Amino acid sequence: MVTLFGLVLLTLLVVTAVAIVITPNLFVAVMLMSIFSLIMAATFFILDAADVALTEAAIGAGMSTILFLGALALLAEREQRSRGRQWLPLAVVALTGFTLIYATFDKPRLGDPSAPVHQHVAPWYLEQTPVLMEMSNVVTAVLAGFRAYDTLGEVLVILTAGLGVMLILASGRPEPSRRGPAAVAGGLRHHLIPRVVGQLLIPFIVLFGLYLQFHGEFGPGGGFQAGAIIAVGIVLHALLEGEAAGRAILPTRVLVGLMAGGALLFCAVGIAGMLLGGNFLDYAVLAANPVAGQQLGIHLVEAGVGITVTGTLVAAFHAFADREPAA
Amino acid sequence: MYYAATAAILVTMALALARALLGPTVYDRVLAVNMFGTKTVLLVSIVAFLSGRPDFLDLALAYALINFVGVLAVLEFFQKKRHYERPR
Amino acid sequence: MIVDVLSFVMLALGGFFVFLGGLGALRLPDLYTRMHAASLTDSFGTILTLGGIMLQSCWSLATVKLLTILFFLMMTGPTASYALANAALLSVDDPEPHPPPATET
Repeated sequence: MVTLFGLVLLTLLVVTAVAIVITPNLFVAVMLMSIFSLIMAATFFILDAADVALTEAAIGAGMSTILFLGALALLAEREQRSRGRQWLPLAVVALTGFTLIYATFDKPRLGDPSAPVHQHVAPWYLEQTPVLMEMSNVVTAVLAGFRAYDTLGEVLVILTAGLGVMLILASGRPEPSRRGPAAVAGGLRHHLIPRVVGQLLIPFIVLFGLYLQFHGEFGPGGGFQAGAIIAVGIVLHALLEGEAAGRAILPTRVLVGLMAGGALLFCAVGIAGMLLGGNFLDYAVLAANPVAGQQLGIHLVEAGVGITVTGTLVAAFHAFADREPAA
Repeated sequence: MYYAATAAILVTMALALARALLGPTVYDRVLAVNMFGTKTVLLVSIVAFLSGRPDFLDLALAYALINFVGVLAVLEFFQKKRHYERPR
Repeated sequence: MIVDVLSFVMLALGGFFVFLGGLGALRLPDLYTRMHAASLTDSFGTILTLGGIMLQSCWSLATVKLLTILFFLMMTGPTASYALANAALLSVDDPEPHPPPATET
């Protein structure tokens, strides 16, 4: 029965994807991308992958939509007509698509216990996580413990992306002469009801983000989701009170400090492991007994991830929202 | 009865998607996206309950908060864009 | 037993109202009528559905989480509808010409 729900959601997904490609209006495409992210999150959830579903909902339907809209507010609404038919890209895409579809014919059945993916490392992780780390969320244990190099790479990629956005887009101080009247630059300041309700919600959003951050060891959660949700809370304040107020609560210096500080924390945990006698990113030497050391290491590393993600997303939002369109 | 409610929610999601595809004005589409979001929250709540994993309700809570911010962001940016496009 | 029946009825009604909202959003003629359908049935369907589920899980952590979800949806749903309707109303550049008021002596 749940499979049937999954099939219905996937059908809606295909319809949305086709509509995104066909429509010439970019604003419609952004709205449909938001729906696409929601359907993906629901599909992941039905497939029992709660951490991925939470990340997809927080980043795809939340921050991604806001960043797309920030970019779209500066541009024209209709996409440019393409000049002539492009046969070579169509042929390449069709060939790749057919190859991928052909490759799925040999896929093992969903959830088959004798599939190759369940034979090698996966049972080892499932058995060793309660022994080595005493943590109920195996996803967090694998992400931040067994495969911490991967996560270090991801954090550095996020930091690089944030720095890239700021280098390309950050305009310093917007010229006051080109600013429109205060009604536009003031965000939704003149609408009382959304402003009051939004301001009431911000502490709850930030609190929920912190809950996800620290609860990531026991249930769905972790650094990426928490960072995205706290960023959404901060962006809500900037949307409601205007860009100037948004910049005032977290100036650029602090944002850059957050972005770099999270990655620094991650690397510092690794180097502390080396200094205390183990390998790089070896958490077992961080505390008196190895299990407590693993848990401490994972907490610190996830905190680093959350800090970097928050800083990067808020910096990207400010970089887009501060610009005037090139009129 | 859980299955019937879930089926009703899925059908409503399809109808909201149809409105998002059809809607002549922007506000129709924003309405459809907002509706889609709250239906997703309900769907996740019911399925989390159905499959006996109540700790998955965190996802529904996250989504309920994010949907609101998404709608406000759309309205803010659309208002900003209309201001810049209006002939001065 | 009575709790089961009540929960059954609430879930059934919740599903029915949610479907009615979707139907209204698709078939009604104008933007404002669609907003009316969508926002009313959003609130009511959410209360009934989540209430039905809450009756099934008596006094556990899940009930507290469901209450929190209900609280946030009740706060943000009507606000989002208000913001949307306000934006739609204020953005009309050339409103439809109203017929002149009938002056009867």
